[in-house]
Amino acid sequence: MVEKIKRIISGGYLGLIVLFLYAPILVLMVLSFNNSRSRVVWGGFTFKWYQSLFENEQIMEALVTTLLLALVAAVVATIIGVTAAIGMNAMQQKSYKLMMMFTNIPMLNADVVTGIALMLWMVNFIPLGFGSVLISHITFCIPYVILSVMPKIRQMNMSIYEAARDLGANTVYAFAKVILPQIIGGIISGFFMAFTMSMDDFVITYFTKGAGVNTLSTMIYGEIRKGIKPEMYALSTIIFVIIFLILLVVNCLPEKNKKVEEKKF
Amino acid sequence: MKDVILQLDSISKSFDEKPILEKLNLEIGRNEFVTLLGPSGCGKSTTLRIIGGFEKPDEGRVIFEGKDITNLSPDKRNVNTVFQKYSLFPNMNVEENIAFGLKLKKKSQQYIKDKINYALKLVNMDGYGHRKPMSLSGGQQQRVAIARAIVNEPQILLLDEPLGALDLKLRHEMQRELIKIKKEVGITFIYVTHDQEEALTMSDRIVVMNKGIVQQIGTSKSIYDEPQNAFVADFIGDSNIIDGIMKEDRLVQIQNVSISCVDEGFGKDELVDVVIRPEDLVIVKEEKGFLKGMVISVIFKGAYYEIKVRVGNYEWKVQSVNPAQPGSIVGLTILPENIQIMHKPHSEDAEVAKEDE
Repeated sequence: MVEKIKRIISGGYLGLIVLFLYAPILVLMVLSFNNSRSRVVWGGFTFKWYQSLFENEQIMEALVTTLLLALVAAVVATIIGVTAAIGMNAMQQKSYKLMMMFTNIPMLNADVVTGIALMLWMVNFIPLGFGSVLISHITFCIPYVILSVMPKIRQMNMSIYEAARDLGANTVYAFAKVILPQIIGGIISGFFMAFTMSMDDFVITYFTKGAGVNTLSTMIYGEIRKGIKPEMYALSTIIFVIIFLILLVVNCLPEKNKKVEEKKF
Repeated sequence: MKDVILQLDSISKSFDEKPILEKLNLEIGRNEFVTLLGPSGCGKSTTLRIIGGFEKPDEGRVIFEGKDITNLSPDKRNVNTVFQKYSLFPNMNVEENIAFGLKLKKKSQQYIKDKINYALKLVNMDGYGHRKPMSLSGGQQQRVAIARAIVNEPQILLLDEPLGALDLKLRHEMQRELIKIKKEVGITFIYVTHDQEEALTMSDRIVVMNKGIVQQIGTSKSIYDEPQNAFVADFIGDSNIIDGIMKEDRLVQIQNVSISCVDEGFGKDELVDVVIRPEDLVIVKEEKGFLKGMVISVIFKGAYYEIKVRVGNYEWKVQSVNPAQPGSIVGLTILPENIQIMHKPHSEDAEVAKEDE
């Protein structure tokens, strides 16, 4: 009897969590296929919001900007982050801890503060626009890359690099053949984390973008003030699906690798 | 004239202003098995890393086959290293690990295949070619590491405490095997260890180091039997080290008793250090010993008893196959040739050794 109640309570609790987390998104997704402008009436199934979404040049431009921004920011942040992590790993314990603290601060810092600070800083040097947003995104993406690569580097025994040099490999070859395979998992997840963080960001982009440039998030924000159009439901659905897929890939990747290794034996 | 393959010419190295090596000179002959032996922090690993090219000396030169290679990077040196542990590439299987250096040298497929087979046989790892390093035991991993180094046909193989992570029995087995491998491939081995037994078992020549300074160079036997200073005597095996006075040639006074020895050439009444190995002391009846003392402890050690005998204010360590009665008064005797007389430290090197006690 008690067991049964326990089960009902824990099941109900889980149900509530799922309900609050995912029901709104589900509603949004359903509405994106609703052939009625009303938010409460089901007017039949349609793709027309998706169609008008893709015909809307303003939205498409923002989409391209967002993806380009996320891609470039993630690539650059990954390169900087990986090299930084390798350098930090070679530091002595004290300097290493200090550097890790500096890395963690921007992540915990409120986005508003980071955004305003970056804006104030950047207006002195370059015109606000795509460039300033890109630099800002690279800046806040680097810590995520470092954080996801660092554990892999710490786990690794650096003497394998020396062993490679010893056997005749030059620095680049030793890194590519020996170090990279050890940390590639961390690099990939760091890259995708940076990518989604950049795609996701609103606050910092909003402060550093200046006039004329819009990412999806800033554009949606602008649109909402004029009233929510059903195209936004369609757009949000697409963004959610993309990020969901990326997360799925990132989470499944390491396990897949393991399975492949096990099979070899 | 010895055939010298590698020469270290007054090498100095410090880390963070802390001197690790001070004006180290060392000559290593072709085909020799040389062991650098010393406590941790004595600079033995640093010496090896300088030879391998992983560290640059602050001063001095590394001369290999008559050529100065001090500034050459590790990949350009004809030496290979077996590291302390876990230095196999985890993303490659055993064969790929062994082939790593050969592929870089652009050897043919067939040559690489033959070499792998030869090396796996040499280290007794036939049939493990497709295993991943993670699935091997510590001893097996080190065998593969040795194979990986050997296939490159280095002129010198550097071994940095390769057996340090293994248990005692396996270590003994690997020691025998290393000697076998050394005979088979016929190249120079430079071996680093802090384990004196390992050094005594395997080496042609031992270099005893402490605080960045060479304390003594010699064969296992000469280092054990004739340590040149108190540090070496203390570090290699157990020993009793006690103050003595040289009364005349072949006569030394210890604890106010004069005994004959075989050493000559010391000054009259010179203060000396006397080293006596515990296994050389013999417990006899009270009246027959040159020293008399009380047995204060007896510990069973398996092959022998370790007995402590107090004479005056010094406790003599004695190893004996027969036990003694704690509390009893016994005599101690020793053969003259088993007494080793050493000058009291006056040089800087010996001073350093003394400090460490």
